[in-house]
Amino acid sequence: MATREFAAHEAHAHAAPQGFIRKWVFSLDHKVIGLQYYFLALTAVIVGMFLSLLMRIHLIWPNITLPLLGDIKPETYLTLVTMHGTIMVFFVLTTAPQGGFGNYFLPIQIGAADMAFPVLNMLSFWVTALAFIVMLGAFFVTGGAPLHGWTGYPPLSAVPTAGPGEGPGADMWVISIALFCIGALMSALNFITTTLDMRAKGMSMMRMPLTCWAWFITAILGLLAFGVLFSAGILLLLDRNAGTSFYVPLTVFSGQIVAHKGGSPLLWQHLFWFFGHPEVYIAILPAMGLCSQLVSVFSRKPIFGYKAMVYAMLSIGLLGFMVWGHHMFMSGMSPYTAFAFSIMTMAIGVPSAIKTFNWLGTLWGGRIRLASPMLFAIGFVSLFVSGGISGPFLAQPTLDIPLHDTAFVTGHFHLIMGVASIFGIFAATYYWFPKMFGRMMNETLARWHFWLTFVGTYCIFMPMHYAGMAGQPRRYSQFTELHYLEKLIPLNTFITFAAFVTISAQLIFIFNLFWSMKAGKKASDNPWEATTLEWTTATPPPHDNFGGHTPVVYNGPYEYGVPGAPRDYVMQTDPATVAAH
Amino acid sequence: MASYTPTVAIDDPRTSTGGNGALPPDWGSDGGNFDSSFFDTRLRRARLGLVVGLTGIAMIFISFTSAYIVRQGLPTLDPRTNALLHDWFPVPLPRLLLINTVVLLISSVTMELARRHTARKVALAQLTSVPGVSVEAKEGISWLALTMVLGLSFLTGQWMAWRELAANGFYVASSPSSSFVYLLTGMHGIHLFGGVVALLIAGFASVLRRTADSQFILVDVTGWYWHFMALLWVYILCLLEFVH
Repeated sequence: MATREFAAHEAHAHAAPQGFIRKWVFSLDHKVIGLQYYFLALTAVIVGMFLSLLMRIHLIWPNITLPLLGDIKPETYLTLVTMHGTIMVFFVLTTAPQGGFGNYFLPIQIGAADMAFPVLNMLSFWVTALAFIVMLGAFFVTGGAPLHGWTGYPPLSAVPTAGPGEGPGADMWVISIALFCIGALMSALNFITTTLDMRAKGMSMMRMPLTCWAWFITAILGLLAFGVLFSAGILLLLDRNAGTSFYVPLTVFSGQIVAHKGGSPLLWQHLFWFFGHPEVYIAILPAMGLCSQLVSVFSRKPIFGYKAMVYAMLSIGLLGFMVWGHHMFMSGMSPYTAFAFSIMTMAIGVPSAIKTFNWLGTLWGGRIRLASPMLFAIGFVSLFVSGGISGPFLAQPTLDIPLHDTAFVTGHFHLIMGVASIFGIFAATYYWFPKMFGRMMNETLARWHFWLTFVGTYCIFMPMHYAGMAGQPRRYSQFTELHYLEKLIPLNTFITFAAFVTISAQLIFIFNLFWSMKAGKKASDNPWEATTLEWTTATPPPHDNFGGHTPVVYNGPYEYGVPGAPRDYVMQTDPATVAAH
Repeated sequence: MASYTPTVAIDDPRTSTGGNGALPPDWGSDGGNFDSSFFDTRLRRARLGLVVGLTGIAMIFISFTSAYIVRQGLPTLDPRTNALLHDWFPVPLPRLLLINTVVLLISSVTMELARRHTARKVALAQLTSVPGVSVEAKEGISWLALTMVLGLSFLTGQWMAWRELAANGFYVASSPSSSFVYLLTGMHGIHLFGGVVALLIAGFASVLRRTADSQFILVDVTGWYWHFMALLWVYILCLLEFVH
């Protein structure tokens, strides 16, 4: 099927590069760039996981001396908090689902040969990679990495003398974030243009797989949000290095009056959270799209309520821009403002519930195939519900104020934003691995990986809700000496051991990933019997994705369980059904 | 059993607005192809990309505007009297900025002329590519070069305005309002400089072995970008001058 000859009018299009550098390093091919993003995220997640392990060890054994690393001082603990959060949010949760899988599969799923602007695509990856290097560099400069948390609240983040790590380390942190914003903006530009302008004949917007919708909406959120974070970062850099007072009020640090006056730390909070809340959806929307895809494929049923799914994602995206204040209930905002933010936040529960019920509706009565991608997709639904249900708690100022600075919030956002999105990444890996590498991943290992991770993450993050309600503060490097928290030490020990087990389970995944690339079972072109365009082409796809022809789309993306069809599904490119209809 | 009902309405495969999934060209390697529909696709795609990109840039300046307005309303603590006072004093803007504004607006006009001139050149090139047809190309003023010169004059003018501000004692960190003057003019200057670089690439299109239509697409997109930058500058000037 896949002839590798170009049609005459495409002879001028960029041919497959031959040299190693142009093929694998500075590649213009969206598939290679997707893999580059994926492996960047994999590197980042290993670093981030390691940092979290150090935190968990420190929390229950605060006085232990670690081999090679020595003591973890309170300020080191804050460094770990900061870098774990920053690396995970930006370089894993934003990078892998959108930059990785989005780059690889958006053009193929809409029937395009590449992204709209390949050079820009390459640039956005390399700017992101540079941002990651600068971020890691913060560990190695004088004073080490910053300790202002991933949210970088000033004045701590804006005054270089405010603490160890707030000198050059914090500058590198801000520069890295600004670079990341530039990369993300370029990538968003590419995604939006590609989706709007590169769809194959017949691929109307409402025939796009929900994954494409999710990447498209995520790109719109990124376009509108990252510019704001970029601006906020520029102001922070100026405050740090040019003596301006955008964020720093007249204040005292270590007995010294700072040289700034009149700035407002709240200005940063507003700008940051105007980015920060949409960022949550930037991380999870691609996983929602993917989950919709997988639930349909592996239940052998059309997705329940395709249009409802699209509109739900759009309204989640829209509402996501109106709720940033719910991160700031503690800032002394007017109760009326807080009330408005609270109502808007709870309104997000409606589209979220629509999505959840539609996933359950799709599963209902389906002929479910419990392959590993499906396990992770169902795991995602479970985590989305249990992590999301504490959202309406925290959306209410009266509940948020006592819970805000406790482990309750840590548990909440890790389940919903962290683990749920990571489950999306895992599901995507198991699902698309055959297409990307031409081999299947080992199913037994995948199942072990799933169950250990699923049970493990619940064991880590569920107890945090109880610890938070019992008053365990977050961001504190040490609580074991606090009398009123003594009873929580066994619970925290349990969490740490659960973290050990869960992190070890990830080694199974990493082994499976690399081992299967070399030795996995050969995959056919369509091993999951799915209908979307990536399964119509060769495995792995040729340089121009469809081997010289462009597909024509006749069907929606979720034609499963079709009575009377020769197979139980109809490919998006099958014209036969149109004739029969 | 019930008959097959598709989940999405099936009609004839509708043609999307897309470019039929064609592979986009590599930089500078699309030698001598004058397939007009493909050219239209590329132009439309580039313009769409520009609109999306400008949205991102607009968000940056919207954030600055929001910070500008918020900062104006904030009181600061006077450590001597322990009283809250307003520390926002508008910076007297150099008159030079008005001249710069005129220069930039003129450059926007020359940019438009350059855009139209290049469009004619592409049309001529398509004609002359037909064997036996020769059209004498008239070389007029290089509007492109003129725009570039005007753009650079504007940037030099902005630099001189900065010097004048500094000579009057207004540095980046002198007062909240002076911080914003430097911030907004500086960010705008960086963006305009990007436009100058794009014009430079377009001007050396033949040296860089770009075809006439590639050149046109670059000039066209830079043109719209340039107009946006002119408009943005007028907005920034109004913000600095009138919003207190």
